[in-house]
Amino acid sequence: MNATQPITAADGTPLKKKLAQAMFRSKLRAAGLVAPLLAFVLASFIFPIFALMWQGVHNNTFERLMPNLTEELRVWDGLSEPTEEMYTLLVADLRQNRADKTIGRVASRVNQELAGTRSLFTSTARKAAKLEPPYRDALIKTKKKWGEIKVWQAMKLTNQSLTPGFYATSLDAVYTVDQGFIMKEEKRQIYTKLFIRTLMISGSVMLLCLLLGYPVAYLLATLPLKYSNLLMIMVLLPFWTSLLVRTTAWIAILQSQGVVNDILVWVGIAADDSRFSLIYNMTGTIIAMTHILLPFMILPLYSVMKTIPPSYMRAARSLGATPTRAFIKVYVPQTIPGMGAGGLLVFILAIGYYITPALVGGQDGQLISNMIAYHMQKSLNWSLAAALGGILLGGVLILYWAYDRIIGIDNMKLG
Amino acid sequence: MLDGSDPFVCFRNVQKSYDGETLVVKNLNLEIESGEFVTMLGPSGSGKTTCLMMLAGFETATHGEIELGGKPINNIPPHKRGIGMVFQNYALFPHMTVAENLTFPLKVRGMSSGEIDEKVGRALDMVQMRFFADRKPAQLSGGQQQRIALARALVFEPELVLMDEPLGALDKQLREHMQYEIKHIHENLGVTVVYVTHDQSEALTMSNRIAVFDDGVIQQLADPVTLYEKPENAFVAQFIGENNTLAGTVTSLSGGVASVTLDSGDAVKALAINTDGKGSATQLSVRPERCVVTPKKKAGLSSLKGRIEELIYLGDHIRCRMTVAGNDEFIVKVPNTADQLGLQIGAEPYVGWQTDDCRALDVKDA
Amino acid sequence: MSGLTKKFVALAGLSAFVAGNAVAAELTVVSWGGAYTKSQVEAYHKPWMAQTGHTIISEDYGGGIAEIKAQVDSGNVTWDVVDVELSDAIRACDEGLLEEIDHSTLPPAPDGTPAADDFLPGTLHDCAVASIVWSSVYVYDTSKVRNWNVPKTMGDFFDTNAYPGKRGMRKSPKVTMEFALIADGVPVSEVYDVLGTEEGIERAFAKLDTIKDDVIWWEAGAQPAQLLADGEVIFTTAWNGRVFNAVAAEDQSFEMVWDGQIYDLDLWVIPKGSKNVEAALDFVRFSTATEQLANQASWISYGPARASSVPLIGTYHDNPAIKMADHMPTAPGNFANALQNDFEFWADNQDDLNERFNAWLAQ
Repeated sequence: MNATQPITAADGTPLKKKLAQAMFRSKLRAAGLVAPLLAFVLASFIFPIFALMWQGVHNNTFERLMPNLTEELRVWDGLSEPTEEMYTLLVADLRQNRADKTIGRVASRVNQELAGTRSLFTSTARKAAKLEPPYRDALIKTKKKWGEIKVWQAMKLTNQSLTPGFYATSLDAVYTVDQGFIMKEEKRQIYTKLFIRTLMISGSVMLLCLLLGYPVAYLLATLPLKYSNLLMIMVLLPFWTSLLVRTTAWIAILQSQGVVNDILVWVGIAADDSRFSLIYNMTGTIIAMTHILLPFMILPLYSVMKTIPPSYMRAARSLGATPTRAFIKVYVPQTIPGMGAGGLLVFILAIGYYITPALVGGQDGQLISNMIAYHMQKSLNWSLAAALGGILLGGVLILYWAYDRIIGIDNMKLG
Repeated sequence: MLDGSDPFVCFRNVQKSYDGETLVVKNLNLEIESGEFVTMLGPSGSGKTTCLMMLAGFETATHGEIELGGKPINNIPPHKRGIGMVFQNYALFPHMTVAENLTFPLKVRGMSSGEIDEKVGRALDMVQMRFFADRKPAQLSGGQQQRIALARALVFEPELVLMDEPLGALDKQLREHMQYEIKHIHENLGVTVVYVTHDQSEALTMSNRIAVFDDGVIQQLADPVTLYEKPENAFVAQFIGENNTLAGTVTSLSGGVASVTLDSGDAVKALAINTDGKGSATQLSVRPERCVVTPKKKAGLSSLKGRIEELIYLGDHIRCRMTVAGNDEFIVKVPNTADQLGLQIGAEPYVGWQTDDCRALDVKDA
Repeated sequence: MSGLTKKFVALAGLSAFVAGNAVAAELTVVSWGGAYTKSQVEAYHKPWMAQTGHTIISEDYGGGIAEIKAQVDSGNVTWDVVDVELSDAIRACDEGLLEEIDHSTLPPAPDGTPAADDFLPGTLHDCAVASIVWSSVYVYDTSKVRNWNVPKTMGDFFDTNAYPGKRGMRKSPKVTMEFALIADGVPVSEVYDVLGTEEGIERAFAKLDTIKDDVIWWEAGAQPAQLLADGEVIFTTAWNGRVFNAVAAEDQSFEMVWDGQIYDLDLWVIPKGSKNVEAALDFVRFSTATEQLANQASWISYGPARASSVPLIGTYHDNPAIKMADHMPTAPGNFANALQNDFEFWADNQDDLNERFNAWLAQ
């Protein structure tokens, strides 16, 4: 047969086409089976994530609620004196927002850029109806801040709906009208420190989980069934206890008048008046998180170890390796998929933890997720929360990518 | 081979119990000469693998001595015994390439890399696997993995190699091929091999001597021919090859020949191999290929009347199932010659055999 | 829903049946939980349900306006009345999240004084009506024997030489920064003026630096009493009602230091789009009447927001020996050096100061 000619089916149509036709129905059915879950995941997971990520770079509160001023602000150079025209449009917008009861949203948004402007907007809006032209003088008379250029610059920045400002804030920089990005002074930097601390704590927790979990998983995989079942129940016990109960238990155990310190004092390792600080600091966070995340390390390790027959170790020893050498050279490398899966799982869970650090973290055990929660729940600066979350998500994706490059994602085994 | 010097491997009164209540191995005594190929053959649970593991050092003997090269090795850990071992599932390290697998035993012995390369190359050549050096075990077929496992067990040139059912996972044809290959490697290297299997044809093909295990005891230790031709008890007769049995009672003994009255009432003669003397129950054992079917009684043979129940045509011979002296599972292999083709189901010819081919053995229950 | 609340619902349902009221509403009232919610249930919810035949479902929350905002923005408002802090009430009102409340419909004082004149200054707002005055103070445990002079001033809280040991403080710049300035010698009348300047902020952080290593930061209102009882800290800042409750109901021997106290308001608000606006308004009017406010004060030591309620304050509900008036933030003996929380300052500066506060913590 000529190689350049396509192979045809018995009725003369190209075989590839025929096959595609035959496969179409089964593909259609497969798609139909997957569709509900796909739709669910899209609606409940993918779409919200993108919507939130979008908020991290896009906030149109000002543009939407200040429709008169927005055009004028866009063309303003940000440095020259604001014109009477701009003041007039501002008053018009303030009046409208006062009537619509939306002034608080505008004020909150501008306040995110420049602290101290919330009351400037809300109190001025209350009086806006009574103001008489010329508006520039009237406004400055009401609040002299209206004459300051930085207030107008803050408005110009918030007027820009698509903004890198929140990401800049997330990395301890300020986005300005005239100078682009400027790093904040050292003592006001917070988020980069928290990101680094989050990575450090998560890394420590991951390593501790590996160190503590490996022997347990090994025991689980090698003990006779009746003992290993009991051990498995003990490993899983924390899963069945509420997170808050477990965390509170750690407080009772680790606090300076707690069980551990009492024992240390009784044994004589610590003096009664200089007990160890084991909680409300980084130590407490690491201990409590390690405990909570341990099963996520043990289970993947166990499932991998379970599949390693004892004959490998025997083979290694029959070939002349000491038990230690056989373990390190033959057994441990085969558990890498489990270590990888457990490590990745623990690490990713750890960087998202916030209840435990909030309760036992004190001041130096806080993680970036506590900051995200704060901006979601308290300051209501969702855009900043989204930007912080975006950076965290990006970090996880990079880690995942690195893991794939170094170990290979196919090598991961969860159970 | 058997030159009277000290045996290379020696089990002396070895007993093994896992639970402290039952003995898996009962008072084992076994001597293996250097360069011998000895197979431990037996059904599962007979204690053969336990013996092998005690020799390798992965199980400890509950009682007794195991010696290797004249020295007791009970307290020597496995990695210091210098014994090569091939496992049932090959146990090739999945995270290492073929070459790395072979390098492993040499590296732990601290050999130089030049020496290692040379030995690995030679071992791979021996099993014709040089082109696969950089593959991972998962990329090899079962037979190829088996060769690598063999090469790995031999690459550090041990004097003793243990093989634990190494061919169990292979298909029939490949298994037979590998049997010859292992046999040839053994012959070429002169290494001592202790081989465990439950497959009697494998044992017969490869071994110098075979130890037949049952119930923790060696039932018979002999070369393949003796084992097949002269089984010493009913278990061995049944386990090795095909066998017809007839139950009866010894009526008299003279000159190593027993007169036996069968349960059906017929009287026959048999070699008295393993009986408790006059009046005791016995089990007669006759190989199917040593029986002849004749229309009439033939002089010089013990003959009994039988009835043909089933005929199976197998080309070179016909397998003929008969009822003889109450046993309806009596098999006769009839050579495919022109005059024998008149066999008919329902016919009642005579079945005969030489007295030397009929062995009176102990009675085995079940 | 707690078993207690269920019982109220059942009780109210029964009374509604007896009264033959066909249009009984189910009102969701949200507050801060614990002893505080209990005082509201006893003083407001029960009598109101008995009187109107409506039912109240009581829910707890942790403050802030995030949930109100989420409900209003999504158009699915399930909360009808919420107890909020002043700065949150102002902010939520500005953002259009709340129903307006007409002050003229609030019940007058028993002597006929109109509500607008009877409520303490600053307690009535467009969208909110105050019910109580509460206060942040610091507290110590008298049962722990220590050889020190009895602490009396805010300065003592920051004096680690005279009072060595750990201190509990709320992990928030609010109150914490004011305390620092008061301790540093700023008169209460000038605290917010000073804090409004860059130097003032630096000054507050500098004062906080002196005790930073000795502070255990708390976040939930129940924590400080626990920290103190466990002996984790020698002093802790706390909300005065929680401390009083630990003393009166749990027999703790805590003592409050009122010097430099910072008082604030809790107010009722009605989320915009509540399905029971009329009933909610009725509840707000009922609960902020003179008598009810005075009643609540017999359950917890928070001061009523109406002048006419003060003379009616009695004794603790199950212990006549405790005169509640003495334990109010507004009692003359306690009120000598007090500062009112400036909601406008915090509305403007909360985000910024919080960021700086966290940065300071992380240093």
